[in-house]
Amino acid sequence: MEDPYKALGVARDASQDDIRLAYRNLAKQHHPDLNPGNAKAEERFKTVSAANELLSDPVKRGKFDRGEIDAAGQERAPQSSYRDYAEGEPGRRYGRSGPQSGGWSAEDIGDMFGSIFNTDPRPKAPVRGRDEHYSLTTDFLDAVNGATKRLTLPDGRILDVKIPPGTADGQVLRLRGQGGGGGNGSPDGDALIEIHVLAHGYFSRDGQDIRLDLPVTLSEAVLGGPVEVPTPGGPVRMRVPPHSDSGTELRLRGRGVPAHGDRTAGNLYATLRVALGKPDAALEEFLRNWKQERPADPRRAMEAGR
Amino acid sequence: MITIEVLVTQISGLQRQDLERWISNQWVRPDGRAGAYVFREIDVARVRLIRELRDEMQVNEEALPVVLSLLDQLYDQRRRMRELGDALRRAAPDEVRRTLARHLAELTGSE
Repeated sequence: MEDPYKALGVARDASQDDIRLAYRNLAKQHHPDLNPGNAKAEERFKTVSAANELLSDPVKRGKFDRGEIDAAGQERAPQSSYRDYAEGEPGRRYGRSGPQSGGWSAEDIGDMFGSIFNTDPRPKAPVRGRDEHYSLTTDFLDAVNGATKRLTLPDGRILDVKIPPGTADGQVLRLRGQGGGGGNGSPDGDALIEIHVLAHGYFSRDGQDIRLDLPVTLSEAVLGGPVEVPTPGGPVRMRVPPHSDSGTELRLRGRGVPAHGDRTAGNLYATLRVALGKPDAALEEFLRNWKQERPADPRRAMEAGR
Repeated sequence: MITIEVLVTQISGLQRQDLERWISNQWVRPDGRAGAYVFREIDVARVRLIRELRDEMQVNEEALPVVLSLLDQLYDQRRRMRELGDALRRAAPDEVRRTLARHLAELTGSE
């Protein structure tokens, strides 16, 4: 049995405080519950504890100093330490996964074999990133002529979306690699952008063709003459032929939706609408004295009463 | 299987009110309920450990939950290691176990 003063590393005339301090330092170092599986520490702790047991009690210390008892004289029967239980079955009581759990779960096994034997039990297949869906609203003319629109995504990213000429309402643009991130080095998903085209004040779309109602004056309709027609590409001059009427459809070749991809440019169809405006006195006077050579009935095609 | 009254007399320097606080902190989790706790051997050993940590190693009660949590994790892992060892002993042929031991010994790089 080791000399208790040596065991604690204190002098024979050390104060009780010195002994307590020395014991604390050694206990922190060698406590078996803090060094599970370390037999040396356990042995050391037993010695240190026994020494402390003896020297911390002034009565026993006196007896020892006087040689009335030997170093082992006061050793108590060793108590089972916490470690004796904690490592075995009873230790489950204070385990992380609760007292009931018995066998290993799949994760436990994966944990152990993944880290210790470095084999992943379930290798993951590359997964392409998700496609993300967005929508973008655009003016009629931007959709017809093409434009670049800036789209701010929910995650703060900014996409410059190139709307190609001739884009139709409801068309979906695919931006490669701008969707969700792919895992395991696989490609990112795409951003799918559905385009919504706002209605225009006077243009309407019919495939590659553009239609509009073109107001003309009475004299332009009857006598004909040059008029300016708005088109998606800008105003164009056109001749209204004499003897035109409301409903006359004039075609401007190639002035519809511009050519894009493998599609040729469409036409613009202008349907004339005679706009009288407020008649002046001269027109009223003329019409009052006007004797038509062949009086026309524009409602003849409609059957009376039906 | 002992009651709180017996336990308090068995562990020197243990105040009943301290123990009751440790129980309400969930540091010790005996069977039964307040007023009728029943302690198993592991509970008794844990109470003794907590008292030693606090009184002899001066781990104050502020720091105790951290220390206990780390200890619980450590013992979880050691229990797992033991279970793994047991499973290998039962299931793996001698040859495999010897090969394993050789690999592990080489890993450590010790003399």
